[in-house]
Amino acid sequence: MLANRKLILAHFWLAFAVFGVALTLGAWQMFIRSPIGTWLSNPELYYRSLTAHGTVMGYVFPTLVAMGFGYAISESALEQRLVGVRWAWGGFWLIVIGSIMAVIPVALGRASVLYTFYPPLIGNVFYYLGVVLVVVGSWIWVALMSINLRVWRKANPGAAVPLAMYANVAGSYLWAWTAVGAALELLLQIIPVAAGLKATIDAGLARVFFSWTLHAIVYFWLMPTYIAYYTIVPRAIGGRVYSDSMARISFILFLVVAMPIGMHHTFADPMVGAGFKFIHSAFTALVALPTLLTVFTICASIEIAARLRGGRGLFGWIRALPWDNPMLLALAFSFIMLGFGGAGGLINMSYQLDASIHNTQWITGHFHLIFGGAIVIMYFAIAYDLWPHLTGRDLIDLRLIRTQLWLWFIGMIVTTFPWHWVGILGMPRRMAYFDFGDPAIAPQALSVTLSAIGGFILLSSGILFLVILARGMRAPQAEAGPYRFALAVHQPATVPIALNTHALWVALMIALTLTNYGYPILTLAMTEGTSVPAVYVGAQ
Amino acid sequence: MMSARDLFTFSNPHFTRGVGITAAILIVTAITGFIVLPFAQPWVQFANVWDAICSAAGVPQRAATITAPGQDKRLSEVVLTSNTLSRPSQEAIGRGATLAQRCAICHGPTGISRADSPNLAGQYAAVIYKELHDFRSGARTNAVMSPFAVNLTDQEIADLSLYYAYLPRLPAYHPTPQLPKPNIVIYGAPMRGIAPCGSCHGSLDNKTGSPWLEGQSEAYMKAQLHAFASGERRNDISQQMRNIARAMTPQEIDQAAAYYASQPPDVVKAVD
Repeated sequence: MLANRKLILAHFWLAFAVFGVALTLGAWQMFIRSPIGTWLSNPELYYRSLTAHGTVMGYVFPTLVAMGFGYAISESALEQRLVGVRWAWGGFWLIVIGSIMAVIPVALGRASVLYTFYPPLIGNVFYYLGVVLVVVGSWIWVALMSINLRVWRKANPGAAVPLAMYANVAGSYLWAWTAVGAALELLLQIIPVAAGLKATIDAGLARVFFSWTLHAIVYFWLMPTYIAYYTIVPRAIGGRVYSDSMARISFILFLVVAMPIGMHHTFADPMVGAGFKFIHSAFTALVALPTLLTVFTICASIEIAARLRGGRGLFGWIRALPWDNPMLLALAFSFIMLGFGGAGGLINMSYQLDASIHNTQWITGHFHLIFGGAIVIMYFAIAYDLWPHLTGRDLIDLRLIRTQLWLWFIGMIVTTFPWHWVGILGMPRRMAYFDFGDPAIAPQALSVTLSAIGGFILLSSGILFLVILARGMRAPQAEAGPYRFALAVHQPATVPIALNTHALWVALMIALTLTNYGYPILTLAMTEGTSVPAVYVGAQ
Repeated sequence: MMSARDLFTFSNPHFTRGVGITAAILIVTAITGFIVLPFAQPWVQFANVWDAICSAAGVPQRAATITAPGQDKRLSEVVLTSNTLSRPSQEAIGRGATLAQRCAICHGPTGISRADSPNLAGQYAAVIYKELHDFRSGARTNAVMSPFAVNLTDQEIADLSLYYAYLPRLPAYHPTPQLPKPNIVIYGAPMRGIAPCGSCHGSLDNKTGSPWLEGQSEAYMKAQLHAFASGERRNDISQQMRNIARAMTPQEIDQAAAYYASQPPDVVKAVD
């Protein structure tokens, strides 16, 4: 039962439209700093493009997907009409206005500060205000998810909250809390300077605030993907979720341990004590746990599907899987990229190993493989799965869908593997051009060229994706029936209170934030003389 | 009906285990990070456990026992922000105009020099402000300029800076055909750690404290780059210009100086 199809479609279309633009910018960036492009005579253009690419891909695109998918989950999993539809549209328009407000100064070269802000660089104040509006718009979604669950609970006292909604609300709470770090940085530090009320900024404190947001935001991006793993893929291939409890435990673990770990982004920064860096490193290692639980549960779930289809043997069942089903294909690609990306992540989070790849192209390769690869390919899968229910029309050409997924997978591997490699060789990130004529880095030219070719494969896949969705809007009408989520092998009638509510885990998340961030933030805020003059970008 | 009372109670095993395991992990990692690992570094000495904890927590400490190595040469003490002298008053400009009469013999009555001294007309106020302060303190020295600067008051320095910044940017006295941008100006030399000249001095971007250079004397700019390279001039903050000039080839110095000298000053974008 999807009553508000327009609302959900609006979120998805806006998300994928801005994704298409940012993807094009990304491919251009790969090309222009590779040996096959000529050097840009104005590096500012590169940073302008990089800022737009990051802002869209980091803030606007995944937030809109999570929101649209969240509304769809709320209506279909709870089987109740969305409460607060007007507010939902309000949130959507805030994001539209915020995005436009942010992108204008970026396009004019007044805010080439990259999406991570990098104070003491300061751009035009409207860029930051636009980002704030996007976040505020998404907070409306957070509130609506919570309210809709509450309404449902009143109508169904004591019943088990459907897994998809339980996970969706966990994701929304994680986002609400993790966005607070960047919000504090913007409101207390950056915006006063950008507005001209102050001329100095405590860049160290700002970086700590940003790390509060920057790691857990990745798990917010990840949530729709994990929800799709658990609740879409097993249903789509005719299997069942191996364990409903294991799924819930994975999601609450993300809620608790995704948050107090962000300082592994500041290992090379002098303003945080080594003891806190170690604690953050240790808690980052714990995040592997819910991922490993998920990989286990999902593999078990698809094995159930394979055995129901007559698969036999220790590994023979793998052949019995419906490999022509795009959902399974997307899952397989996503797992492979998650495996490589996760292994790389273990290196990033290790306090000592990080030193060898810190601020190199390895990092850029890593987060493109995890986010652009493992996560975004499941966004495609979510869109394909929901589309017939949103449009009332079939997506007929499965072959084209499979081609698109293959291209994305190949493109991402071709892009990110050489990217990791040149990072190990020491190539720094955030550079507009490299002198490949210099013998010292000439051998890296081949890897960088390969990477740029991967970028164009990704671009072609992205275009194909948009074409498939657009064609789906004009296909012959077909009623897709109610939207359903995968059932568990043992579908729970009741669930222990701790796994049916979020309060305990939210409390732990906040408590760990206080223990792991409280002291560093307080000392930095109270130490005198830690501010530096702001450097205004494009001020002339 | 479920309630918070059933959730936040020690009779709820999820609560007990959840909180217990989280607290246990936190305590173990804290002991490791704040006590075990600090002492595991043989090259660091701690007086006691509290000392180690403070160090690992990043408590700000003054290194009182170590005295900074003595400086035999004066360094620049000027602090600039992008707001330095950003709100000029007409009175200050007027006072500056009177004071500037004594500068005119070298820097020209309209702020355009005929003597290979810098053109000051329309230069950023913060730049003139910094150089005058440095000449006065001795961080920068010049046989002609130093005696003029040594008796200036803070007020006079600010007034002079505002006056020259206020003057229109006129063409220089050494007309040459406008040269194309050399690599060092737009690309720098990435492999030698040289940022493009244009990323601070105009043509691409401008950074606080960096002068615009269009139409300046070629001989003057070459002399300054060589002075930075040899360490004879050292009033650049954190050795920014010394590090760049040292890594530049003589050809690059010539190209950069010739390029900027050939540019008309009206290509400097208005910043005021």
